[in-house]
Amino acid sequence: MIRINNLTKHYKAVQALKGVNLEVAAGELFAYLGPNGSGKTTTIRILTGLSRPTSGDAYLHGYHIERDALKVKRQCGLVPQTINLDHELTVYENMDIHGRLFHMPSRERSRRIDELLDYVELKERKESPVKHLSGGMKRRVTVARALMHSPGILFLDEPTVGLDPSIRRRIWSLIKRIQQGGTTIFLTTHYIEEAEFLAERVAFLDEGKIVAVDAPQNLMARLGAWALDEIINGEMDTTYFKDREEANRYVERQQGSFSLRRVNLEDVFIFLTGRKVLP
Amino acid sequence: MRGCFAIYYREVLILKKKLFRQMASMAVAPTLYMVAFGLGMGRDVQMEGRSYLEFLIPGLVAMNSMTQSFAIAGEINIARFYWRIFEEFQAAPIRNIAYVTGEVLAGITRALLSVSIILVLALAFGVVLSYNIFFWLGVVLNSFVFASLAVCLAMLVKSHADQALLTNFFITPMAFLGGTFFPVERMPAWVQNILAFLPLTHAAKAIRSASFDLVPGPFSYFLLAGIGSILFVLAFHCVNRAKD
Repeated sequence: MIRINNLTKHYKAVQALKGVNLEVAAGELFAYLGPNGSGKTTTIRILTGLSRPTSGDAYLHGYHIERDALKVKRQCGLVPQTINLDHELTVYENMDIHGRLFHMPSRERSRRIDELLDYVELKERKESPVKHLSGGMKRRVTVARALMHSPGILFLDEPTVGLDPSIRRRIWSLIKRIQQGGTTIFLTTHYIEEAEFLAERVAFLDEGKIVAVDAPQNLMARLGAWALDEIINGEMDTTYFKDREEANRYVERQQGSFSLRRVNLEDVFIFLTGRKVLP
Repeated sequence: MRGCFAIYYREVLILKKKLFRQMASMAVAPTLYMVAFGLGMGRDVQMEGRSYLEFLIPGLVAMNSMTQSFAIAGEINIARFYWRIFEEFQAAPIRNIAYVTGEVLAGITRALLSVSIILVLALAFGVVLSYNIFFWLGVVLNSFVFASLAVCLAMLVKSHADQALLTNFFITPMAFLGGTFFPVERMPAWVQNILAFLPLTHAAKAIRSASFDLVPGPFSYFLLAGIGSILFVLAFHCVNRAKD
């Protein structure tokens, strides 16, 4: 599990995290949502040992992120936002180096590479140089590489950014399958539908602070079930209703253009912060 | 320290992928120096009782072991700023000392490869010197100094462009003034005093003495080992600071 206590991070004048407190249960698929610059990547960097916190602390499976740094790193798999594969090397070589970095014996490395490439449906590209792979394939290789050492917690930092919708859905299926295998997943995204589809719980991060944590259904239920968008004096205005009948009664009294739809997580974020999740 | 072998293995794998290109590129400058300075300008020049080409080759060995071991900084920067692979190393359960050791070993390997190429070229030019244990010890210590410096600077720079600036400030002046092309003793005393601070001056001196079958003084070796050790420790601290 992950436990974060009052975590802060300052970069010179910028306060990236302002006292984050959070708990993620073992085996949970947790989404960490927020606009660009809200502190999502900073949190992941601190939890995976890439960055130091300014104050506060965090524990992964009971290990302190700084005092037990090597033990923490053995527990973590990281899929960073930017694909960080060695483009000159093959898929096999990239994964093999990862296995060596995690002190895996030779035979286990070979077995695990075959198993994982099969899992991400890239077995036939094992000997291909990474530079010859498509963006979606590279992303799947980074996921497979992060799973090489069988981490208890997988951090996915914007895993589908820049991918087309069909590949994005393929990555979602992969993430679901990984979680079903018992791995805790900590996912950051600014794609609302990604969090809605995948996560058991979500946290909204805004300007370095968590503004809400709950299951997506519970967060959306706070607003209602239906939302009506209309333009009033040139500004988008949204009204929320607890059921369809209430929304219909309101619509009958309205004039002009409007659209009725189901409440989504983006509504929750806008309601809480007054800002959109998208950058 | 097992992590250092993973780092070293990656660097060697990358070197192996472009081995022929690398070897060809390592041969260009020494060949030009041997032709231009050794055969052309230095044909009738005697230096310390030997032909200029014989004098030049140990200097080229010292210079190339410096430039090639320092070139690891470029590889680190590409991994850090372009491919972002440095983050993969930082997220792995390896100590920073293992990372530094792996990169320094890779720098030394590059240097030894480039020196071997020079020795083959020298043979082609009809020059055979004494490549004894003191010769190779000088090469390894010189490479240790500059590979450690390379890791330090690669961690301090903020972009790949900054790295080129540092090469211009540190490496190019040393290549020309550190006893590669002429004996430092021919310079005015005040210049000699300044040049005595350059590690390459001592490396060239030690490697040249060994090549000429003279017994080199231990001072140069101890000095190179000392500077290398200090830079190695500094490199470790620079990697620690490179977080964030």
